Amino acid sequence: MIPYLPHTEAERDRMLQAIKVASVDELFDDIPQDVRADAALFVQKGLSEAETLSHVVELAKLNRALIPFLGMGSYDRIIPAAVASLSSLPAFVTAYTPYQPEISQGLLQAIFEYQTMMCELTGMDVSNASLYDGWSAAAEAASMMLASKRKSSTVLVSDTVHPFMIEVLQTWAKGTDVLIRIIKTTGGSFTITSLEGTLQDSVAGLIVQNPNRYGIVEDYSSLSELLHQNGCQLAISSDPVSLALYKSQAEWGADIAFGDTQPLGLPISFGGPSCGYLAVRKEMMRKMPGRIVGQSVDNRGNRAFVLTLQAREQHIKRERATSNICSNQALAALTTTIHLSLIGWEGLAEAARQSIAKAKYLADALTSIGGMELAWKQPYWCEFTLRFSSRELMERMLDNLKQSGILGGVRLACLTGNPDDNNLLVVAVTEKRSKAELDAYIEIARRSAL
Amino acid sequence: MIEPLVFELSRCARRGYDYPSCDVPQVDVPVALKRMKAAALPELSELDVVRHFSRLSNRTFGVDYGVYPLGSCTMKYNPKINEKTASLEAFTHIHPLQDSDTVQGALKLMYRLLEALSTVTGMSWGSLQPSAGAHGEYTGLKIIKAYHLANNQGHRNRVIVPVSAHGTNPASAALNGFEIVEVATDERGLIDLTSLDALLDDRIAAIMLTNPNTLGLFERDIVLIANKVHQAGGLLYYDGANLNAIMGMARPKDMGFDVVHLNLHKTFSTPHGGGGPGAGPVLVSKPLVPYLPKPDIVCVDGTYRFDWDSSLSIGKVAGFWGNFLVLVRAYTYIVRMGLHGLREASRHAVLNANYLLAKLEDLLDHPYGNFCMHEFVLSAQSLKDETGVSALDIAKGLLDCNYHPPTIYFPLIVHEAMMFEPTESESMENLDILADTLRMLIQTARTDVAVLKRAPEHTVIGRVDEVLAAKSPVLRYVRKETTEG
Repeated sequence: MIPYLPHTEAERDRMLQAIKVASVDELFDDIPQDVRADAALFVQKGLSEAETLSHVVELAKLNRALIPFLGMGSYDRIIPAAVASLSSLPAFVTAYTPYQPEISQGLLQAIFEYQTMMCELTGMDVSNASLYDGWSAAAEAASMMLASKRKSSTVLVSDTVHPFMIEVLQTWAKGTDVLIRIIKTTGGSFTITSLEGTLQDSVAGLIVQNPNRYGIVEDYSSLSELLHQNGCQLAISSDPVSLALYKSQAEWGADIAFGDTQPLGLPISFGGPSCGYLAVRKEMMRKMPGRIVGQSVDNRGNRAFVLTLQAREQHIKRERATSNICSNQALAALTTTIHLSLIGWEGLAEAARQSIAKAKYLADALTSIGGMELAWKQPYWCEFTLRFSSRELMERMLDNLKQSGILGGVRLACLTGNPDDNNLLVVAVTEKRSKAELDAYIEIARRSAL
Repeated sequence: MIEPLVFELSRCARRGYDYPSCDVPQVDVPVALKRMKAAALPELSELDVVRHFSRLSNRTFGVDYGVYPLGSCTMKYNPKINEKTASLEAFTHIHPLQDSDTVQGALKLMYRLLEALSTVTGMSWGSLQPSAGAHGEYTGLKIIKAYHLANNQGHRNRVIVPVSAHGTNPASAALNGFEIVEVATDERGLIDLTSLDALLDDRIAAIMLTNPNTLGLFERDIVLIANKVHQAGGLLYYDGANLNAIMGMARPKDMGFDVVHLNLHKTFSTPHGGGGPGAGPVLVSKPLVPYLPKPDIVCVDGTYRFDWDSSLSIGKVAGFWGNFLVLVRAYTYIVRMGLHGLREASRHAVLNANYLLAKLEDLLDHPYGNFCMHEFVLSAQSLKDETGVSALDIAKGLLDCNYHPPTIYFPLIVHEAMMFEPTESESMENLDILADTLRMLIQTARTDVAVLKRAPEHTVIGRVDEVLAAKSPVLRYVRKETTEG
């Protein structure tokens, strides 16, 4: 028996009769013999459901779910139980993109709520319905900036953004006329002086990340003014949880706000799915990529929601579309909406406050040990970067931690390939880490430094 | 009945969740960096939230609720075992930057998935990083561009797409800086070879095709087309949107394709989730393997790890390694089906489509072909000429009968197009009832046009004013009474 195929032998025969063919093979007559697949390659039988489950569980057992002090774009946060039960409701899971609004009001309304929440968090005017992730959102942000300034070809990117964001942007620009210019900074954070001499006519705008790759909170005072004076735009990527405490993209004067909603209700899941968010000022609304839900009325006079501004999109505009995106991360965006509905502003602020308090507790203790110090004396949030006196010490500590079931941090050099980063470890602490876990980390670090 | 927005249900100071108390000293945020304005998020109890989203779910139609013959989208059944494996803690609680020795299961699963997809497509190897079909197209074309550049063929700046192609094809090509040229469809509904010949010169980088094409017809001349394009120095890109027609029956590699993207959320049964997350793996022939995105997954002496070393790689296209939990679902499906089961799925998808076509052929025009592959396109043009009832009206009528309608007004080369893809999941009686329903609606079109023009009437809302939505966009909720200060 083949799972998921409802046909009985007798039905198959009746169907073939109705089609007026003798066999299923006849339906494939249009496939020339010389491109027919070798049926011998496709003989392997499937497993029963129970066997399938055991097989996959065996694979899963080869993974070790440890206590992660790892961040750099993926954060292990507390997720209310109701999030998973609501986001797994079968209608949400098994629906397609809501092209038929009359039978998709629930989904459309949820996306409208998501868009509102993203506007509230970032302070921006309009949000789209989601993008693949925070890094592909960077490419879309760059694309919007270039489209907003005639004859521009360059996008500036601070070297303090996540290393993968730079890589995704460079891939995106490869083979096109776009130039991604990396702005060198010193001291662990972007400052306005790093821009000196860079704002030529060809520059469309600047992309920065706050908090940055080291966990440092950057200060963008006067930045948007300077950029705007030079006809450039500002795009800021932010961890949405950080927005509970630190200035929003709108408060820094950004034109584009983007990032990833993974920290809002999505488990770390080996990095995906997460969900890219993108929100902009009203003037840029029609340049946005992807799906957007709008409010309207139906023919009975009721409030109704519908996909709108579709004239920007690939299925209408084809090669002149603002982006090629079709599928987005709808269910992940819905999950974020449910999560935020449960925790509210107070809960979000509480999670953020506890995270930074616990990060400081850990950082203070670790830097008092000797052999490891903060890489830069800058304000950090729930993620901080340690510089070790030697790589050996760092590796010894990480090994010891791993033996106790703790993942101690991300080796920055593994992501950047930069030898200057060899002794740097990026440590993330969320509200989910208990004091006992922090104390265990500290104890093992102390032992490792002896 | 209107469901209030989550913001309208909000009550000041109500709470839906409590965090553990903080057991370390609090920390202040520097004033210069501090956020000034609170975000107006809803304040609800847990039950408020549960009921709100449960009600929203009730106002949403999915495959679990009824037949969803949406052409080109392969809305097959999403098996529940996939959801179960994708929620295993050993998958959901691993961090993307853990040392590889602690995530051998995840890496092995990804490696084996790539092996299976390579077998199904005939390609040499691939990348699981792209998050969706269009993202796969973007990645595949990036690979083609890099390949041409490395072979001193950087002047090749044109991509050929059929007029009947998915909109993402030209959009993805444009995104990579290619110029798009369209190849015509002939009276058979297949690539017009004369039109193709006229386009083939040393400016051609690639042709993007889906096979079967968007009319549900197999491009019989595919080997000839491949030879022509290859002789002109171009590559062939396979849009995997329609792979569900041919698994185990024909492989893109054998047809002459060089790059393939697959939609795991179509062919490999992972749920569409209301528009995502999907997964759009890219697979390539041997000469293109070095250009795949970084990192590769390799297996050395039974141990799996990421390999970042390829100097020709186009680089990263997404943050981490792809939509991992979607990959878990697709892998689960493949294990459950076996390669033989995948072949059977395609055979039944084609059987179902032809059966439905046979039942509908006398009702609406069938402009191209006799049989079809996994989907077919009918036209409501004659019906519209006769009665004034359009494809849209029939689609809206279907909503009142608890169906998701077929894809309408695509492909663009068929007027009043209605594109049906029943998938292998539907039983014979489900197709019989769908055909009967359409027959009834078309009779209604001849007797009482107004009924269909008013449709749908039994859904929670009626037809939406889309012009108003686009002309005066309201894209977020704004609180009515201002409570500032």
